[in-house]
Amino acid sequence: MSTGWYLAVSAIVFAIGAAGVATRRNPLLILVCLELMLNAGNLAIVAFARQHGTTEGHVFALVVMVVAAAEVVVGLGIVVAMYRNRVPVDVDELRELHG
Amino acid sequence: MDEILFFVAGIAAVVAAAGTVFLRNPFYAVLSLVVHLLSLSLLFLLLYAPFVAVVQVMVYVGAVMVLYVFVNAYVGGGTEPQGGGAPTLRAFSYAIGVTLIATIGIAVLGSGLQVIDGSGPENIRASFGSPAEIGELLLTKFLLPFEAASFLLLVAAIGAVVLARRRRGTLPGEDRMVAALDLLAPTGTGSMREGVGAINPTPGGFSSRITPSQGPSSPPGERDGDGDDGDAR
Repeated sequence: MSTGWYLAVSAIVFAIGAAGVATRRNPLLILVCLELMLNAGNLAIVAFARQHGTTEGHVFALVVMVVAAAEVVVGLGIVVAMYRNRVPVDVDELRELHG
Repeated sequence: MDEILFFVAGIAAVVAAAGTVFLRNPFYAVLSLVVHLLSLSLLFLLLYAPFVAVVQVMVYVGAVMVLYVFVNAYVGGGTEPQGGGAPTLRAFSYAIGVTLIATIGIAVLGSGLQVIDGSGPENIRASFGSPAEIGELLLTKFLLPFEAASFLLLVAAIGAVVLARRRRGTLPGEDRMVAALDLLAPTGTGSMREGVGAINPTPGGFSSRITPSQGPSSPPGERDGDGDDGDAR
């Protein structure tokens, strides 16, 4: 398969994820949609690595996964803190972040 | 064979991504993301990236998704409120997505790059994307990003604990923990520790010389609540 096909899948998934980030109201699902976008980027990176025949792109993809995992951990921590402090888990209702 | 696998995995990835965005129930959305990630790892395998594919399955599907499912179950939430007052904003958001896909699609399809019509070198070396090669790169050429990534993970772990920590001592209905030694050696059994006043201090005994008691049954008031918070704020 040519690289263009992989890039097309990556573009579609990225756009879907962006639409999800814009439309979802549950912060947990916003994080899920962010995962979609990051994975679309990863797919493009790995496709280009295959094209060039170098492994450096795989290292880049792994670092992206690490950053995504860190982001998820902190984001879910904030969601749990919101739930504990009786803040509604809804980004439309969320107006303050102190405490 | 490659083409069949690509189209199966690619269509599954796109459909599951759409499901993640459009499903109302957050639990189903997360499960849909699991399907998406699995089909993406199949695409990675097709691109001769076995290590990335395995890491994808282990880290994402194994660890991150479990985290999502547990937090989802903890928070509950149920289905998202439908609409919610701003349908124009919603339509605008979808319009952004459509515009984005059109833009990237034009950029990819109308690209002047000849190379993306090919699939790279035909007979790729066997060690391409193997753990050995990636590990060597991580420890030589990309040592600094590697260490930065480990530090980032450490900061994220500590940050998550700080964020999700329980703030003000124990909950009302929660008793403080009873140490096992309290049950094994109740006061008044005549043990050596009792003799030197570490447990059950007697007035005028040695207890005045014993520095603040570390015994399991120190008098109340020296220990606060569950003993781990108090000064944490």
